[in-house]
Amino acid sequence: MPATRVIEMRRITKDYCVGDVTVHALRGIDLSVERGEFVAIMGASGSGKSTLLNVLGCLDEPTAGEYHLDGVSVRGLSRDEYAHIRNQRIGFVFQTYNLLPRTSALDNVELPLFYDHTGRIADSRVAAVRALERVGLADRMGHEPSQLSGGQQQRVALARALVNEPAMILADEPTGNLDSRTSIEVMALFQELNAQGNTILIVTHEHDIARYARRIVVMRDGLIVTDRPIDGRRDAARDLEAMPPAEEAVLEGSGGGAV
Amino acid sequence: MAGQSSVLARRARRLLKEATRSLVRNRTRSILTTLGIIIGVASVIVMVGVGAGAQADVKKQISALGANSIQVWSGAYRAGGAFLGAGSMTRLSLEDADLIAEEAAHVAAVSAIVRTGGQIIGGSGNWNTQVHGVSPEYLKIRAWGLASGEFITDRDVRARSKIAVLGQTVVDNLFADADPVGQVIRVRNIPFRVVGVLTKKGAALWGGDQDDVILVPVTTAMYRLQGERHVSQIVISAISMEETQTAIDEITEILRRSHKILPGADDDFTIRSQAEVMETMTATQKVMTLLLGAVAAVSLIVGGIGIMNIMLVSVTERTREIGIRLAVGARTLDIMIQFLAESVALSLVGGVIGAALAYGVAALLTRTVGMTTILSPGVVVMAFGFAAAVGIFFGYYPARKAALLNPIEALRHE
Repeated sequence: MPATRVIEMRRITKDYCVGDVTVHALRGIDLSVERGEFVAIMGASGSGKSTLLNVLGCLDEPTAGEYHLDGVSVRGLSRDEYAHIRNQRIGFVFQTYNLLPRTSALDNVELPLFYDHTGRIADSRVAAVRALERVGLADRMGHEPSQLSGGQQQRVALARALVNEPAMILADEPTGNLDSRTSIEVMALFQELNAQGNTILIVTHEHDIARYARRIVVMRDGLIVTDRPIDGRRDAARDLEAMPPAEEAVLEGSGGGAV
Repeated sequence: MAGQSSVLARRARRLLKEATRSLVRNRTRSILTTLGIIIGVASVIVMVGVGAGAQADVKKQISALGANSIQVWSGAYRAGGAFLGAGSMTRLSLEDADLIAEEAAHVAAVSAIVRTGGQIIGGSGNWNTQVHGVSPEYLKIRAWGLASGEFITDRDVRARSKIAVLGQTVVDNLFADADPVGQVIRVRNIPFRVVGVLTKKGAALWGGDQDDVILVPVTTAMYRLQGERHVSQIVISAISMEETQTAIDEITEILRRSHKILPGADDDFTIRSQAEVMETMTATQKVMTLLLGAVAAVSLIVGGIGIMNIMLVSVTERTREIGIRLAVGARTLDIMIQFLAESVALSLVGGVIGAALAYGVAALLTRTVGMTTILSPGVVVMAFGFAAAVGIFFGYYPARKAALLNPIEALRHE
């Protein structure tokens, strides 16, 4: 049933021209992701995982191959049509959070709906509040990014990714700028959202983080070399309980982060 | 429907909020950029206002001379191929004036004028001024009035009476506060009785003081002061401004007949109407206004370039923000509108302040230099529209540059 298949990639290639040299960043990717999956994409730098993420996120067009997102072919579309697909079907989470500075958490979360011209979500304000509640930041709506800790900023980014009810959430090294405890807290949130039925793809180079997903895809030289379910999947909520209680200073103190 | 419009309203509010926030964040920069527009808009409005004021002044002064009036000088533009100035040959006589008064149907009043001048002694001292010999109709033609006493009568003209009517400047210089009516003054040593005082007329268009004059009967000026049989000029009032041309045609016909000019020969006199003078003067003023406005418009364009410059800096600084917006689905138009909103906001704020400043400067000019300025709402609206157009025009390139950024590169931008 194609409707349950969120991602359907066939022989996707991506070439870059750098001067006279053509770099084959993706050399024939086949990837299918069903609704409700939680996939970790791993690989060394230069393996093509960032390029794959850009193509998956409709930020970049593949050189060749077939890509169906949520049952719709994504090929030869205009700039604005790609923007529309990102707006309607994809939620992005970045390593550096990428929140608008000096803008409240609520306004940040509402941003994708500001560009949603379909009228699909009746009240964008209410939707933004609900998304912030889902990531546990109901009491921080008026805060600006500089007033939030790194973990809190990443949760605002997650709320922003959720607010447009996307077909999938794409996360690029979401724990890359966080300490280990906060990383696990964010992964707990991802697991919770996945349990609620959200399709999630994360790119990471940390094995520990990848083991919170359900399926692992390893890339090398523009090709997928491993694609298998994760055995010994970790439960972030349980890991958190096992950890020593966080010191007060750590909870609020990791604020700022790198923006 | 209602939901749709409230969504639009909220969208507009948020757009405005974001534009304002980003402008307020870079307060100094925004103020300096706006300054260019403020100066541009203010100078356009003030310059056009000054031009319109000067135009109105000219109109007022010309109609103060009598909008229906026609002037006849002796002499023609041309005599035997050589151009001579009007008035270079004295050929007009008192009889010409009388003929026009009797025969021309579209003429309301006629007065001959003899221009002379000299030292006047009387009252508290002496004064050098112009002496004009005129007919009783003169005041009506010039739309002038008497402040006190009476004017020259037909009997005075027939009798070559030694009476005078004084202009205000002469009164101020010879009699200070005393009433000059009934007093005797001496013009070139001939005693004249003062019978009246003219109302204040003010400066002439060409700068002369119209009140620095004494009027005497035209015959008195001819025979007692000048000793000649010709008049300098004849001034005539047509029955209406529309009939001016008909009156001119009649006068031409009468004078050609009186001067026995053969058909085909050139006139030996020159006729000029006030309407004609007014047309020339207003045309000149219009060109001036246009020129001033154009110079001011250049400063508005320079202000616009300032906006473009600052918007380009802003786009570079906010590349990452643009990347975020593109990633969450902003379309080309969304980003363009966002940046255009900022540049238009800048120029509109500049427009409002500039218009207010223009009113201040205009009031100041009127108070200190006595310059007439007319700020028509039309000009303010135009300068406003121009400011908005500058915002859109000079904001377009930076906005387009922002909207066409590559989202991946923009997100990586540090």
